[in-house]
Amino acid sequence: MYDISTLFAQLLNGLSYASTLFLVASGLALIFGVSKIVNFAHGSFYMLGAYVALTITSAMPSTSWGFWGGVLLSALIVGLIGCLIEMTVLRRIYSAPEVFQILVTFGLVLVFQNLIYEFWGPDEVLAPRVPGLKGAASIFGERIPQYSLALIFVGPIFLGLLWWLTHRTRWGRLIRAATQDREMVASLGVNQKTLFTVVFFLGTFLAGLAGALQIPKESANLQMDINIVVEAFVIVVIGGMGSILGAFLAAVLVGVINAFGVLFFPQAVSVLIFIVMVLVLIFRPNGLMGGRIIPQRPGDLSIDQPFRLPSKRMKLATLIVIAVLMLLPMVASSYLEVVMSEVFILAIFAGSLHFLLSVGGIVSFGHAAYFGLGSYAAALVATRLGLPMGVGILAAILSGAAGGLLFGWFCTRLKGVYLAMLTLAFAQILFTLSIQMVSFTGGDNGIVGLSRPAWLNSHTGYYYLSLLAVTVSTWLMRRALYSPFGFAFRAGRDSAPRSAAIGMNVARIQWAAFIVSGAFAGLAGALMAYHRGSVFPNDFGVSTTVDALVMVLVGGVQSISGPLIGAFAYHIVAVELIRNLADYWRLILGLFIIAFVLGMPQGIVGAFMHRFGKGEK
Amino acid sequence: MKHGLRKALAVAAMTWLSGGLAAADSIKIGEMSSYSTNPQSTDAYRNGWQLAVKEINDEGGVLGKPLEVISRDDTGKPDAALRAAQELVTNEGVVLLTGTYLSHVAVAVADFAKANKVFFLVGQPQSDTLVWEKGNRYTFRLFNSNRSQVIALAQLASELPAKRWATIAPNYEFGQSAVAGFREELQRLRPDVEFVNEQWPTLGKLEGGATVQAMIAARPDAIFNATFGPDLAKFAREGNMRGLFEDREVYSVLTGLPEYLEPLADEAPEGWTVTGYPVEQIETPEHVAFREAYMDAYGELPKVGSLIGYTEMLAIKAIIEKAGSTDTEALIAAARNVQFGSPVGTLTFRRQDHQSTFAFFIGKLKVEDGVGKMVDWKAYNGADYQLPDDVVKTLRSEEATK
Repeated sequence: MYDISTLFAQLLNGLSYASTLFLVASGLALIFGVSKIVNFAHGSFYMLGAYVALTITSAMPSTSWGFWGGVLLSALIVGLIGCLIEMTVLRRIYSAPEVFQILVTFGLVLVFQNLIYEFWGPDEVLAPRVPGLKGAASIFGERIPQYSLALIFVGPIFLGLLWWLTHRTRWGRLIRAATQDREMVASLGVNQKTLFTVVFFLGTFLAGLAGALQIPKESANLQMDINIVVEAFVIVVIGGMGSILGAFLAAVLVGVINAFGVLFFPQAVSVLIFIVMVLVLIFRPNGLMGGRIIPQRPGDLSIDQPFRLPSKRMKLATLIVIAVLMLLPMVASSYLEVVMSEVFILAIFAGSLHFLLSVGGIVSFGHAAYFGLGSYAAALVATRLGLPMGVGILAAILSGAAGGLLFGWFCTRLKGVYLAMLTLAFAQILFTLSIQMVSFTGGDNGIVGLSRPAWLNSHTGYYYLSLLAVTVSTWLMRRALYSPFGFAFRAGRDSAPRSAAIGMNVARIQWAAFIVSGAFAGLAGALMAYHRGSVFPNDFGVSTTVDALVMVLVGGVQSISGPLIGAFAYHIVAVELIRNLADYWRLILGLFIIAFVLGMPQGIVGAFMHRFGKGEK
Repeated sequence: MKHGLRKALAVAAMTWLSGGLAAADSIKIGEMSSYSTNPQSTDAYRNGWQLAVKEINDEGGVLGKPLEVISRDDTGKPDAALRAAQELVTNEGVVLLTGTYLSHVAVAVADFAKANKVFFLVGQPQSDTLVWEKGNRYTFRLFNSNRSQVIALAQLASELPAKRWATIAPNYEFGQSAVAGFREELQRLRPDVEFVNEQWPTLGKLEGGATVQAMIAARPDAIFNATFGPDLAKFAREGNMRGLFEDREVYSVLTGLPEYLEPLADEAPEGWTVTGYPVEQIETPEHVAFREAYMDAYGELPKVGSLIGYTEMLAIKAIIEKAGSTDTEALIAAARNVQFGSPVGTLTFRRQDHQSTFAFFIGKLKVEDGVGKMVDWKAYNGADYQLPDDVVKTLRSEEATK
């Protein structure tokens, strides 16, 4: 169908794109390999690299030395900023469970977005063409920009440099050793602090370099961070977490598949990368080049303490709280009722995440998938079939559970970060589909016009419904956790081999937990759909998942009341910040998240119990 | 401790009282937009409405009271917008809602306006569905619809000899409806035209090289583009370097807007036929007055966001004055067919779909002194590029026009 020259040019285009992807992903892989930190802020360093490079290259003489020197200098500056952040923030959370780390880095994303906007302003800036590489070369009659051709070589060059560094220098050997078994390296007397700082420098340097090299191709803009980071994760996961060569192969695979996808299936470009990832993970659960990962013990953040049955006093306190909440509408404004209804609904959603996270140790990083399935099921049932709200909610619970059934089947074959990334991939696929299938889902304009029955139309009525729903859901999830099923689920988290030895099918139990959790998330999605009267693709979005994660962690992982308290605290803080501080809310919210995880890693409930309760330790 | 609490209560009471007093002698407008997520356009938009509010209040306000705009960040998300709308209406007691930047946020707020019987004037969003399928009687839209510009472009494009067309648009509602509208109109006028390649990059994630190559491989005679912002910059640069635009006409929406043209600087693609806003060249007295006031206030040329923000407040003033009160029903009745002056001429809101007759501009791009500008442009009256009334009727619910 196409000339061979077109196909060859497309291969070169794919390789050129792969270089950028590789630089970002290799930094991420390095950092993950050694420090086991899932650095969500990696995209922010990439964006920072682009902005710094714009400022520096425009100050340098416009020669090729000026450009390439400026790019290197910018990457160095980004690396130094990375160092600074490693020493002040990340160093404190190496022993924390991975969700805490993800959250801190997500806080960094917010801080960076706000600061870059403050420093460079809102306008997009496109750098001039690169001196010496302004034109295009003709290859078999197809014109390809010289700069794109130059980029093709950058990837392999850095692959070579990284190989040399990790195989021929002492530092590199330590990096490789730490990637395999960090605790062993520490017990051999290697100074971990310096090692981690150096690795973080290197990783952020590579991200900054990728961003700086991007400015002749793309205008620096404030959405760059989010646009690259998910792709970078997917590449690292395809390649095998922590493997540099794997990241290179995956980047080439994704770059080239993307280039040919544009040629043959332009409609499907945005889901292609996720489909590749799912396929790779089905056949190679640890990625292309990923070896066996030595399991890291979760830190001392008491995530694995047993749940205690509530004391009489606790039960009484719970009843009092419910009674107070039931009386609240008498004095509250209708706006407060609206916000509190949202708190209750989000608490159900956070609770369903908590169910997997705390008891099962499963980081569901795409939990919004079930929330969105629920909200869209409710909306479709209501608007397409015209059925009443009760049916919509039932359909939502079933679709959430069906989502758990399907995704759980894939996910329970994986562990740790791979599992988290696979759940993220599923959520992203749904997110993309909900935007693109306009005739079915309404696209980004969503579905509006869900009407509630008359008796629920008032804010007060819906407040009571949400309160009832959160009370019943929490009670049910609690029951499940204290049932034999709950104990078996926990056993699987604490020691998979021992559970298997006494005849438990860990994967099967986890799969069931996915279904239960999906059902509750679906319920939350439906309640939110009817609360707003509308549903939107963002119900599947990363930020929806992150919000729920923050709620769980703010509340505290090791208590069932955690998600409730967390939903209350976080939602109120976020809403008030956005309302009152339009220009700085991201900065403050980001700092709040970071400070919270650093200062109160056991969450509000945990801190309270630690101080007043009979908490261990 | 006790003392502190009493003090706090006193302060709270005082603020509440003073808030209550202020409410008595000002007209409160609830405004929201995606200030944190899309500052490229919304910063200019905020400058625009702030300028208008200052001018209106300096001249004595509306119905003898000053306008007081209470502004919220909708963070680009429908939930946040709905919460803000609720809070503006119930806590702040605003008389109407206005603003928003993204179409889906506007759709959500329009639904809120309908459910809560609040007047809502949509500012920047251009989605057609806001005035048609999802239109309701509480919602009016100020800026022109996506369709009107696309139709005008297609009519111009039909005069070209080009038969093989390629399209590129971000894969979401805006891009899809732009391509569909262009295609439909062009094929209606020119049944011999065929569309040989369609590119659908994800918004913000266009991979320039591969996409441009794929379009070249399809050998189109002409191209329709609906990408904007960072995607447009990538597309224009790669297309320039790879020769995609040589001997090919390009018809493009939004590209001539200052917010998208400025970043391209001297790489603005010459010869493209674009919709846009030639802000430095519109010399009508109303526009000159607006431009100069804006430059005095902010030291830079207005962008299209500024124009919309400024006009938004003029429209609100005209509607409230015609209504003579701030009652929602009176506002709706007044807004239909209201006449008001704006920097781009006298405008009105059509009775049949609540769409304004906002003007738009189509011209060719040219690089002069290192910046792109529109030349040979012409102003188009929005009133002439609307759907025929009988078609509107089939799209819009009957209730929405009562």
